[in-house]
Amino acid sequence: MNHRQKKMLWRILAGTTLFILALLLPLEGWTRLAAFLLPYAVVGWDVIYKAVRNIAHGQVFDENFLMALATVGAFGTGEYPEGVAVMLFYQVGELFQSCAVGRSRKSIASLMDIRPDYANIEREGRLTQVPPEEVAVGDTIVVKAGEKVPLDGVVLEGTSSVNTAALTGESVPRDVAPGDDVVSGCVNQSGLLRVRVTKPFSESTVAKILDLVENAGNKKAKAEHFITRFARWYTPLVVCAALLLAVLPPLVLGGGWGDWIHRALIFLVISCPCALVISVPLSFFGGIGGASKCGILVKGGNYLELLADAQIVVFDKTGTLTRGVFNVTTIHPDVISEAQLLEMAALAEGYSDHPISRSIREAYGMDLELSRVGKVVELPGRGVRALVDGKEVCAGNDKFMDDIGVAWHPCHRLGTTVHVALDGAYVGHLVISDEVKPDAEEGIRALKAEGVQKTVMLTGDAKAVGEDVARRLGMDEAHTQLLPADKVDCVEALLTEKTGKGKLCFVGDGINDAPVLSRADIGIAMGALGSDAAIEAADVVLMDDKPSKIALAMRISRRTLRIVRQNIVFALAVKAIVLLLGALGMANMWEAVFADVGVSVIAILNASRALRVPDSANS
Amino acid sequence: MKKQFQLEDLDCANCAAKMEEAIKKLDGVQAASVSFLTQKMTVEADDGQFDAIMKKIVKVCRKIEPDCTIVL
Repeated sequence: MNHRQKKMLWRILAGTTLFILALLLPLEGWTRLAAFLLPYAVVGWDVIYKAVRNIAHGQVFDENFLMALATVGAFGTGEYPEGVAVMLFYQVGELFQSCAVGRSRKSIASLMDIRPDYANIEREGRLTQVPPEEVAVGDTIVVKAGEKVPLDGVVLEGTSSVNTAALTGESVPRDVAPGDDVVSGCVNQSGLLRVRVTKPFSESTVAKILDLVENAGNKKAKAEHFITRFARWYTPLVVCAALLLAVLPPLVLGGGWGDWIHRALIFLVISCPCALVISVPLSFFGGIGGASKCGILVKGGNYLELLADAQIVVFDKTGTLTRGVFNVTTIHPDVISEAQLLEMAALAEGYSDHPISRSIREAYGMDLELSRVGKVVELPGRGVRALVDGKEVCAGNDKFMDDIGVAWHPCHRLGTTVHVALDGAYVGHLVISDEVKPDAEEGIRALKAEGVQKTVMLTGDAKAVGEDVARRLGMDEAHTQLLPADKVDCVEALLTEKTGKGKLCFVGDGINDAPVLSRADIGIAMGALGSDAAIEAADVVLMDDKPSKIALAMRISRRTLRIVRQNIVFALAVKAIVLLLGALGMANMWEAVFADVGVSVIAILNASRALRVPDSANS
Repeated sequence: MKKQFQLEDLDCANCAAKMEEAIKKLDGVQAASVSFLTQKMTVEADDGQFDAIMKKIVKVCRKIEPDCTIVL
């Protein structure tokens, strides 16, 4: 509770005591009125003050004015205890409301607690702490164990593991060594790192993410627009209804002014749409905050709303469903051992910079004794010929084997095959392919479970490779051998296939699919850690590389919408019932106050559930 | 030009919505949003008359919610 809330609490306690006294004392006439006016003034003076002031400003349908009118009206009709009680109850509700909103605000803020407070910079041989904004590109900063990396940069010295959980939701730390990039917002877990800054703070990953999440509220969801429109009409309508209720029935039916005015006052109490105006944006805000905790950045309430209706999900293959890096996936030796074949190939390819050569060396893993290698000839589009330990090793594709007259046999495994021949005799082959991400299959299955009707893969890759990946992942369709422009056409065609409210999502790595990302109803970019293009182009950004996060985003979206719907229905239903009962003379002002602030508090508490993320977030 | 301002003592969500409406109606304002939750106001307006527009915004907001102050 902050200072103002505490003050309010004391006023409520004092008011309540005075109110009970007034109820107990056997007073009559003027003294009775005065006894009730005292607690009324203690509790509600600010409401009255604001009401008068706001009327002077021409703000008629203001909450304070309506509440003041209702309670003064109660005094006017002789219902002193009710006037005080309603004001008291209203203030208690407002206090609850302000505390609940404050709490939600705080928990959202803590979700986004990735802003670094300072950077350690070396000046004249001494470490000084400066605000991250003051560090320039090219400066060297020092990040100690346990500290947040304040700015994006490259490691100059030191090795450590950094925890990216705050950015990606991924709990497994990442190892960094000199030459590696580190992004701001990560926490350095073990060693001391010296980092050369590559971006000013305003362009750093952390600043971008914070900006994105904080401004997500500016893109409003349909439900939010509905509430704003509703709020604009609701209050004037209820006030007019109250006026009619106070005047018409007594004129038509004759007499009984007091009773009808009392019923009209009940209307005034319920005429603020606050429960909805606060809780609906709060739910979306919470949903977006919760999603960002899992490494899913949603750029606006509108996108969070759309995600729930995803019907067709289109994936780019390389870098999205697959790792986008080449790996040796199969080693098929003919006469020698696997290790021997791999070593031989790695040595022969030892001097080559080709991605395939590099992947073979990586698969070998150990340091290469390049002194064993001599007379290397690289034959572009064919392979490599080299002397290893004095023997001639040829490593390359089918054509190369044909050229040198070696009998080879094809491999049943898909991917790029590298055959190896030793002194003119075939010794086996390696298959190199882009690896499917470990959670891709599960991710596709989860999407199906969430009710996505169709999953499609688009790729520029060869037909056999693309279709094989799609089949293994259990996808419904695969379009292969596409040029970037063809992908747009494909998405256009798929957009005509969706039915009803269904939406089309496109998932890509953001590198060359910006046109497709913007053409789709929802563009999702992944692997955004460090990629500005992806953050710019997409509507939803996945901070890590996991396709399974899409289903999670859908779950968060649906949960948020469910909470929003509950709040709208609940608030409207309670208000409608109390209005009806009030018009019929069956509700009292207490119930009306509940329908106003009580409902607000319940709706806010319900909305704060949106902040919590489903437990399966990281599985 | 787009600028963001911190708001203090913005206590009522409905007022925030009303402020947003009123700011949007001002001449020269291209876009505006008032967030009750983050207590922030974002205004996008013509560069040349930004300061004059801000003065109008302060006036309009004071009319709707006198307790709320815009940190300029």
